[in-house]
Order: sequence, then structure tokens, then C-alpha cells
Amino acid sequence: MNKRDIEFEILRYNPETDEKPSFQTYRVPCQEDWVILDAINYVKDEIDRTLSYRWSCHMAVCGSCGMMINGEPTLSCKSFLRDHPDRIRIEPLSNFPIERDLITVMDDFMEKLGSVKPYIVPNEDRPVDEGEHRQTPAQLADFKQYTACINCLLCYAACPQYALNEDFVGPGALALAHRYNLDSRDVGREARADVVASNAGIWECSFVGACSQVCPHDVDPAGAIQQTKIASTVDYFKALLMPWRN
Amino acid sequence: MSRRPYVREVSRSWWWLNQRRYVGYMIRELSCVFIGAYTAVIVVSLMRLSQGQAAYEGFLDALWGPVGLAFHIVAFVFALYHTTTWFNVTPKAMPLRLGERRVPGGAIIGAHYAGWLAVSAVVLFLAGD
Amino acid sequence: MARSHKPVVWSLFAGGGTFAAFVTPVMIFVTGLAVPLGLLSPETLAYDQMLAWVQNPAGKGLIFMAVFLPLWHAAHRLRITVHDFGIRCDALVSVVCYGAAMSATVVAGVFLFGI
Repeated sequence: MNKRDIEFEILRYNPETDEKPSFQTYRVPCQEDWVILDAINYVKDEIDRTLSYRWSCHMAVCGSCGMMINGEPTLSCKSFLRDHPDRIRIEPLSNFPIERDLITVMDDFMEKLGSVKPYIVPNEDRPVDEGEHRQTPAQLADFKQYTACINCLLCYAACPQYALNEDFVGPGALALAHRYNLDSRDVGREARADVVASNAGIWECSFVGACSQVCPHDVDPAGAIQQTKIASTVDYFKALLMPWRN
Repeated sequence: MSRRPYVREVSRSWWWLNQRRYVGYMIRELSCVFIGAYTAVIVVSLMRLSQGQAAYEGFLDALWGPVGLAFHIVAFVFALYHTTTWFNVTPKAMPLRLGERRVPGGAIIGAHYAGWLAVSAVVLFLAGD
Repeated sequence: MARSHKPVVWSLFAGGGTFAAFVTPVMIFVTGLAVPLGLLSPETLAYDQMLAWVQNPAGKGLIFMAVFLPLWHAAHRLRITVHDFGIRCDALVSVVCYGAAMSATVVAGVFLFGI
């Protein structure tokens, strides 16, 4: 197995001792089949135990290990070293406050996610013995793409409107709202609209499209938001021109 | 243990210089300036038309002079960029499903270009005669 | 949070963007490029020809759409872009952008339906 020495410039920040973050460089003998996360684990295990970061599954399904790799929001477990040069810059995900080292404060996202009611709002309460909801494959196909979101926040790190506008609900939460709006078991679109169709919801989006480019699971939040804009516009004019309908 | 989260500042005006995809986005957005300016030229042409033949022909001279030509070349490039970027995102904004499968994005985009060619051909035909 | 009223301006933006995507390139070509580049005769846009177009009711309608829709598209996008450049006085920018679009549309309407 070939080894390659790679220099990692990692942004460090200790809230108890540091005024502001600064880069620290580590030289790591890397195996050719490694991903970025393997190298970071090597740093923590062998070089500097104080390095703090989030990770879990190491297979791109938990969404924990998002970070900026050479300026690009990436899952560190999904980014192979063979695709990178001999010097790699690693920073915590953009557009979130830094808690410590590569760990960000996610509270803003958690609050905004909760506000879009990311769960099935059923038409009626079905007792368990009435059995399960039934869906055709076509009904599943309607929303399946948007179920793939792992809340990794790469889309938030890529989105300039989230960077510049404090209130913006953001691509991930809006994609999840869309997932539930499209689900045939759900009737919560009206309830979600107070947040989704507000100025801080879909209307803050200017379709930059960076979110969909960085999404590791092809959720396409940009597409979800544009579809919601069209649906919201139709709803708006229906309510305006035919107020007797509901 | 005390928490002291650090907020990284982003330049409100120049954030878009940091990545190529953002620069592409800004160029797309700025295409609207030229589309707006060209449409303003159309409005001026209507004004001159209403002011009589002499005024209108004076306008045509300016339109086809060097400055006018330069403006139209730039406007044309930006208009084409608007067309391409607009068509490219249409499948995302309006996905079509047939049964269980999605209509491929390429088909939707291709249909738009076909329509664009048809519209252009009609206009060119009407102008030619 | 309140429901936004953006659908009003956004629907015009989307309609204008679609119209501009299909029609504006060929319009620029015919009016601004073809004659100076020698591909169409200057007679194409001659006074009498254009007057005939504008006096025709269908022509009036088409030209009005070709002015109104792209102007609205440009106005809305410019408003967003100004915000993207960090200039944060959205109320003023909106009035200027949409006001300019409406004024130009009204001017065009006056000439089109007055000739």
C-alpha cells in the first residue's frame, strides 16, 4: 500500500484560550485508499489529541462529518485523498458559528427545521388497527428523492443567502418541508405555509443552486424550493381570486 | 466549561468572488441589466415611431451605429446566457413524471431549445418579408 | 410569520424570464445585429413597415408583451441583485426598480395604443 505525506492545514479554535481561530498544520503519512476522515482520525490518534470534530458512520449516511475541504462543503468520510493535492485545508462548515475546532453550532438549523413541521400531518387520527397508510409506487416516487436528506448541512454552508440573511429558513429545511408536502399521507401544506411561504422561507431563495451542487445525496433542495415557489404562487392566487374555496 | 462560539464574517458585497459558481450566478443575475436596457431601447423606438418618420430614421441611424452595435453584441451574449441558464434549470423547477419515472431533464431542456429555435425561425421569417 | 406577497412579483418575474428566454435573443438579432452585419436589409425595420406592425391589434398586443414582461423580469432580478451586492434598502430599491418598469410599460402602452 503506497503512502503519501499530505499536509493538512486545519482551522483550530479553543473558546477557552483563543481570541479567534487560527490554522495549524499537520503532516500525515496517508494510505492511498483513505478518505479525509481517516487522516483526521490519524491526527487525533497519533499527533494531537486535542483536535475536536464530529463523525460517526464513516459511510455518508449519518451527516455528522461535514466540513470545508479546500473551500468546498464536503462529507469528510466521502472525500478520497487520491482526489486531492499534497496540501489540504480543512475548516468547519461555513455559515455556522464555531463551537470548537471543526465543530459548529447547529442550533439555528435545528430551530428552523422544527418550524417547518417535518413530520406527517395526517388528515385524521387513524387507530392502529385500521392498518397502515397505503401508497402506490407512483405516490412514493413523488417525494422519495427528498427523503434522502441526512441533515448534513452542506447545503447551508454553500448557500450565500443563508450566509447573508439571518432569518432564512434554508435549503435543507425547505427541502424537507417539500418532502412532506408531496407525501400523499400528509395534509400539512397549509400549516407549513406560515413559515415556508413567508419572506424568510422560500422567498429568500434566489436560486443560486449551490445547495444542490454540494448535496451528497442528490436531494436537490434548489429544485424543491422552486417547485414550492410555483405551488405557493398558485395557492396565493387561488386564495386571492377565489376566497370562497379552501 | 464556558462556550464562546466564534462567528466568521462574510463580506456582504464581495462574497461571490470566493467561488466560481458564485461568479457564474452573478453574471446570470446581471444579464437582467442588459435585457432591461434592450427593452428600454424598444420603448424608445416606439416613442420615435410616434414622432414621425424623420425622428424614427434618426433613431435607426443611432441604433445601427458603432455604439449601438457594440451594445447589441453585448446584450445578445447576455440574452443567450439568460436563455441557457433559464432552460437548464427548468427541469428542476417543473419536474415531469410519467407513471413512476421522471422525464429526463435533458428531454425537457431539449424541448425548450426546440421551441426557442421555432420561435426564432418564425420571427426571422416575419422580419424577412 | 406572515405569508409573503412575493408571489405577485415573482409570477411576473417567472413569466418575463420565460418570455425573454424564448424571444429576446432573436429580437436583439433582428433589431440590432442583422442590419449592421449585412444579414437583413434595412427595409426590414422601415418606418412604414413598423407603423403597419404597430397599428395592427395583434402587433400591439405582442409588442406590449415584449416590453412589459422582460421589463418586469429585469426589475425584479435587479432588485435581488442589488441586495446580493450588500445594498440593504430593499423598500427604496423596490420602488425604483418596479417603478421604472411600470413607467416604461405605461410609456410604451401610451404610444402603442395611441398610434
